[in-house]
Amino acid sequence: MEPQKEYVLRTVEERGVRLVRLWFTDVLGQHKSVAITPAELEAAFEEGVQFDGSAIDGFSRIQESDVLAVPDAGTFELLPWADASEPSARIFCDIHNPDGTSFEGDPRQVLRRNLEAAQAEGYSFFCAPEVEFFYFDTGDPAVGPKPVDQASYFDLTTADVSGSLRKRTIHMLEAMGIPVEYSFHEVSPSQHEIDLRYTDALEMADNVMTLRLVVRKIAMDDGLFASFMPKPFTDEQGSGMHTHMSLFEGDTNAFHDADNEYGLSEIAQHFIAGLLVHAREITAVTNQLVNSYKRLVVGDEAPVYVSWARNNRSALIRVPVVKPNKASSTRIEYRALDPAANPYLAFSLVLAAGMRGIAKGYELPAEAQENLYRVSRNEARAADLARLPTSLDEAVDEMEDSDLVREVLGEHIFEWFIRNKRAEWSEYQRHVTPFELNRYLPNI
Amino acid sequence: MEPLLVFPDPAPPELAQALDLSGYPWKAVADEMTAKRDEPDDGWAGAIVVADADPEAAFALCRGIRKGEMPLEPLLLLVNGTQLGELEMRDELFDDFCLTPFHPRELEARVKHLFWRAGQGTRPELVQYGDLVLNLETYQAAIGGRPLDLTYMEYELLKFLASHPGKVFTRETLLSRVWGYDYYGGARTVDVHVRRLRSKLGEEHAGLIQTVRSVGYSFGQSRWGL
Repeated sequence: MEPQKEYVLRTVEERGVRLVRLWFTDVLGQHKSVAITPAELEAAFEEGVQFDGSAIDGFSRIQESDVLAVPDAGTFELLPWADASEPSARIFCDIHNPDGTSFEGDPRQVLRRNLEAAQAEGYSFFCAPEVEFFYFDTGDPAVGPKPVDQASYFDLTTADVSGSLRKRTIHMLEAMGIPVEYSFHEVSPSQHEIDLRYTDALEMADNVMTLRLVVRKIAMDDGLFASFMPKPFTDEQGSGMHTHMSLFEGDTNAFHDADNEYGLSEIAQHFIAGLLVHAREITAVTNQLVNSYKRLVVGDEAPVYVSWARNNRSALIRVPVVKPNKASSTRIEYRALDPAANPYLAFSLVLAAGMRGIAKGYELPAEAQENLYRVSRNEARAADLARLPTSLDEAVDEMEDSDLVREVLGEHIFEWFIRNKRAEWSEYQRHVTPFELNRYLPNI
Repeated sequence: MEPLLVFPDPAPPELAQALDLSGYPWKAVADEMTAKRDEPDDGWAGAIVVADADPEAAFALCRGIRKGEMPLEPLLLLVNGTQLGELEMRDELFDDFCLTPFHPRELEARVKHLFWRAGQGTRPELVQYGDLVLNLETYQAAIGGRPLDLTYMEYELLKFLASHPGKVFTRETLLSRVWGYDYYGGARTVDVHVRRLRSKLGEEHAGLIQTVRSVGYSFGQSRWGL
């Protein structure tokens, strides 16, 4: 038996673990879990745990419903919140078909496959997301979003209830081997940000899943509710998941070139160009909700135009300035992503779009110089500045025409995702909103 | 098991016979250069250096393979009765010695004991440093009596570092010694795991693993306080 598996089995025994939670993710990024007893774990490593995939969104069709969850031993972690008398642990799983082949509906394996493709070209892909979210009194839609504090950006106040929540969240993340770079109160009331320290993208997607669970769990312990909804308030800034990315060739940051005026290598320039070319096609996945598009509006610290710039936070891709002795931290920041995305699929697409840019040698267009929030539609048209999709409907249209997205996600997920999002849109389209009632009912 | 390094080349016939009979794989080397060249991928299991014929070359070899970031351990030195004085001031060059001509049973017992002490024997071995304890048999780690919940690679990395306090390792060395293969993610993987280990050790103990600027990492304090 592999030493990793042996290690896990031994730890389960030594620590008296009572329950092992097998974690995986559905196509929309919902966290799924099935618990097994330690006695079943060894068999799970060898044969997987069979379950009915047709019950999971985007998994199997009814007639071929059985799939296997196969634990990935390297992701074994004791759950710090478990009762000390009944220790339990989690382990992320890959989903396989009963014949042992990898299951095409499994987002984690989509990312694994795309990372392997980049690896075959000699690159490893690192990313570090900045996850924003809100704390509310309740998640009950009838009550609506009510902030639990009135603080703002970087505020530190004694009344900052949520500051203590955030502190406990960070301790728990660190205890689970998820290092936190920064955390602070964001601009909107009750809005917080946790920045994770870079890891390879597969581990990071696992970490994002864990983070969303831990944030919610700690809030719930205090009778509060944490939400990753991209835009809960009409008049407050929404929640994004700006993601910093870099490619490494062995120990060398492939994005760095000291001689370039931006500090960017040709590889980095092609990568950014690839992201720009394919940005509109991947937006349905990086911003997958009807609500996501209410964040991507002018003046909301979210990108609107397909553009890149150095220190211009209105651009889609920002190139942070790197200290001269920190060449290895050269990176780019993709600012469209929001925390409701499926991290496995979103990371797969940003990577693949960038890699396509490298493979085809796309030329990097000029840097966006001005504040893009002040650019008028006419000016944008004149400057050939493309807009990100303005609705889920438009984003799904773009995605449907994209060979890149089809190839990256695989036929199964691609088809299912489009069907699901079309249905979401048509349900929304029929919906008469309070905006319409307020504006039209009394007057028309 | 990886082979033992034996000096000189060719090995004295009675030594070759004793090692073969007790089942230890071995390979003779002529000097430090051949020792490096012929080193197995996972390193030599240990060394037996016969110093009675050419003490100068033997001690030079000992010095060569015991210096640097990965000193070869354990090392059994074979000397004759007239050379005992030469062992003075050379304690760092060997872990145990045996007089020539040796009795094959004594040699076998000493080798066996050396491996036991170096953690390759059969007893549950502990790696300890200050408050930190790693049990190599049960894979458990604890600091200040608090169990540390580590993943396999975190455990292996901590074990390696804690086994060599005060030594500075490059990322490449850590990658090849701990991961043992060309892990995807390259040497940056090491940074990720070190950062994770520090967060699990907690603020109070995170400083056990130090970053050595533009070199790599070291663990704890060197025994000489350097």
